[in-house]
Amino acid sequence: MSQASNTPKPRRNVELVLLVLALAVGIGANMLVGVDQEKAFDSDFWFQSSLLAVAALVFHGVLRFRAKYADPVILPIVVALNGLGLAMIHRLDAPGEDTGNNQLRWTLIAMAVAMAVVFFLKDHRILRRFTFISLAASALLLILPLVPGISAGEILGARVWIRLGPMTFQPGEVAKITLAIFFAGYLSSNRDLILLAGRKIGPLQFPRFKDMGPMITAWLVSIGVLIFQRDLGSSVLFFGLFIVMIYVATSRISWVVIGLALLLGGGFVAAQVFSHVQQRVYGWLNAFSPDVYENGSRQVIEGLFGMANGGLVGTGLGQGRPDLVPFANSDMIIASLGEELGLIGLFAVVLFYLLLFTRGFRAALGTRDAFGKMLACGLSFAIALQCFVVIGGVTRLIPLTGLTTPFLAAGGSSLLANWIIVGLLLLISHAARGPVDTTPLPPAGAAAANGIDTPTEAVKQA
Amino acid sequence: MNQAIRHSWVAAVAMFALLFGAISFVQVVGADDLKTNPLNQRAILQNYCNDRGAIIVGGTPVAESAETNSETCKFQRTYPQPELYAGITGYFSKNYGATGLEQAMGAELAGNSDQLFLDRVGQLFLGNQPKGASVELTIDPQIQQLAYSLIPDGQRGSIVVTNPKTGAILAMASKPSYNPNLAATQDAAAESANMNELVKVPGINLNQNVSGPTGELLAPGSVFKLVDTAAALASGKYNKDSVLPNPAEMPFDGIQYKLPNYAGGNCYTKDTAGFAFALQQSCNTPFASIALDLGRDAIAAQYKKFGFGEDVGGQLKLGHAQGNGFPDNLDAPGLAQSAIGQKDVRVTPLQVNMMTNAIANGGVQMAPSLVKTLRAPDLRVIDEPQPAQLRTSTSPEIAKQITEWMTSVVTDGIAKGAAVPGVQVAGKTGTAELGNGTNNSWFTGFAPADNPKVSVTIVVEGVDIYAGAKLTSPNAKKIFEAVLNK
Repeated sequence: MSQASNTPKPRRNVELVLLVLALAVGIGANMLVGVDQEKAFDSDFWFQSSLLAVAALVFHGVLRFRAKYADPVILPIVVALNGLGLAMIHRLDAPGEDTGNNQLRWTLIAMAVAMAVVFFLKDHRILRRFTFISLAASALLLILPLVPGISAGEILGARVWIRLGPMTFQPGEVAKITLAIFFAGYLSSNRDLILLAGRKIGPLQFPRFKDMGPMITAWLVSIGVLIFQRDLGSSVLFFGLFIVMIYVATSRISWVVIGLALLLGGGFVAAQVFSHVQQRVYGWLNAFSPDVYENGSRQVIEGLFGMANGGLVGTGLGQGRPDLVPFANSDMIIASLGEELGLIGLFAVVLFYLLLFTRGFRAALGTRDAFGKMLACGLSFAIALQCFVVIGGVTRLIPLTGLTTPFLAAGGSSLLANWIIVGLLLLISHAARGPVDTTPLPPAGAAAANGIDTPTEAVKQA
Repeated sequence: MNQAIRHSWVAAVAMFALLFGAISFVQVVGADDLKTNPLNQRAILQNYCNDRGAIIVGGTPVAESAETNSETCKFQRTYPQPELYAGITGYFSKNYGATGLEQAMGAELAGNSDQLFLDRVGQLFLGNQPKGASVELTIDPQIQQLAYSLIPDGQRGSIVVTNPKTGAILAMASKPSYNPNLAATQDAAAESANMNELVKVPGINLNQNVSGPTGELLAPGSVFKLVDTAAALASGKYNKDSVLPNPAEMPFDGIQYKLPNYAGGNCYTKDTAGFAFALQQSCNTPFASIALDLGRDAIAAQYKKFGFGEDVGGQLKLGHAQGNGFPDNLDAPGLAQSAIGQKDVRVTPLQVNMMTNAIANGGVQMAPSLVKTLRAPDLRVIDEPQPAQLRTSTSPEIAKQITEWMTSVVTDGIAKGAAVPGVQVAGKTGTAELGNGTNNSWFTGFAPADNPKVSVTIVVEGVDIYAGAKLTSPNAKKIFEAVLNK
């Protein structure tokens, strides 16, 4: 690998420069949306801009202090996306609404939590000790929205919310992190067993039935989410996450085949049995028929009209009519951006995501422990898959589901969860890009701490 | 393991490739289909609710977009003097489209015209609210007001006032009129109810994008004798001293019908007449005999040269009727009747005014124009149409000769009511019989005769001879005075 031949460089100054550019994007966009309403440089603007800038710079400082070899591109990308999201949410606020400031509040909380992750965790490998605690936490988080008293009930057809005092929270967002930690921990410990045992059928080696336990678990979780929470998006996300992680653990394409078969089978049965899935699919296929428009596809169709209106270069920030689209600042924020920034602007946003998950995969390649590899790969793929499900849904490539657009959409739980993922990816990339740490991880998980599958690289670097 | 990570990355990138394709399809490839989808209200809303440019007359908007309290639709089109300018502005409706200049200048008013390209680029970067260009008209508000008030309420009629040398329209009024605000309301139920009421009003044709002066095709009656006169002089067979037969009735071979002379004047006093007398008294038989002598084609050629049935040029902008060429396949009585502006000859008031202007302007017909300047949102002039020659209708000599005779119509003939003390006025009246005992009563003329500054064409429809006489020449006098005393 390239960094193997060079002395590791922190690249924190690069990050600082990129961070300034990222802030310019977010704050500049916020200024532009204000121009239209003749409040371009009011006190709110300075207040919001300076808070975002300070938070980003403090995060940068934390990285200099705790993870100085962390990937210098990740933080600026996320700050730019978050800033763009803030600007668009602010722009869509009707007079009297305060979603923009609420989003800023959650951004600051989420960034603080992510900084805490970097500051206190120091080494991602510690998380491996929490493999089964993570499983329990995942189960708890997924069941919470169904528990009477805590559940916020059915909102927009899905039961994915809980009520915490005055706020609502979507625990499923955090569950994707705990599930990723569990899968990474479990698979990095048991992958030999899964790998070596099994029967070969044709070119594919199939695992023993008893090794299929986690696969079945993941499948049940996904189907459970689909049935009880009516959340098709999360269901696909969790299962996709698991398939990728088990594929990375085993390098066996057979797992992917089994996984996809289960997914399609489950999906097919669900489509036959559950009316809400049927409606989704029917509404997707016949979106333009007027009665479907009235009863369900209006959101996605209005989004498409908005994006078509934006065309190649967009209407310009503040000049389109994204407010005509239902949920323009959350589920449909991609359509809002597409309308006002055009194809060019939306491509840039999607490229940001592509760059972001690519840096995550890069961290996965570079880090030396199997747990870190799987965690980074899983989390990165989760971001990519979530973007695919959301943007694909908005552009009518696939049926629209209720997933949030990472960092852009209005919503505290999503911001919090995704910023924690950023904190974890930064830590893993710090381990990947930094000098080889030969000191074993003290007590608990020491045995598995060394890279299992990359002895040759470790030797080269040493 | 690293190989598997790379494969996973490839899978993720493949998903994103699909996204790029899907976005391109929605925003570029399939965008036009989406924009024209019947479910798509955006284009209408965007046009309708944006800050559209104003239509300005004498520095005052007659159509403008006012800010509303509504969140979904921030601007409301209003017409401060609705009835007075309805025929020019038309209306701009959310569900019924646009008419008049609102339609004809739609791209400029909405800010979409090519001339505003740089402004749009500027808006893109500065984030300003899109604004349309304003259209400043050649209309003189005082003359417009006067002309409108000279048509009695309940009377159908049109008045066109122009500058013969430039073609600029100074006033263009017609009754009945309507209130375009009723069509522009944001309340869909009220809008639809209003439109259902408006279509019932006789005489305003909301669905055809034409108003009285530019759109209504009427029998011209005796003002058509100017065509015969020009054709006669142009043929070389007649000159200013020609003596024309002037029988009280013109008989035709093999039929009972006889074409009578105009009963109201002094035609009966002479059996033959010069052009001056025939025009002054508006005798029918001299001009019928000219037409029969020259033949249909000669009249048709002059008809065309005066712009009847022809293009009015690109400067008018407003929707208008063009009419047909001079009727074809005419028998002798048909040609005789057509030559005095009856039978199937149909022209618009504006076309009669354009003929008058050609005579006033030494034979050269200027393109009628309504737009003085087009201004960008920052008031910078982005277009200022210049007077344009439309066609040569006749020679300067013939124009001068006809002017002389038209002047005598006002001094010694039946258009005396149009005379302005101290000013030479040239004019011609017309009375087209509608067959039901009522007439279309016309006046067309210009002043001063030797150096024309203004031409006036008036038509009132469905009136008796006396009401017609009262509402044409005397009203023309008032307009001449108002313009010349400015």
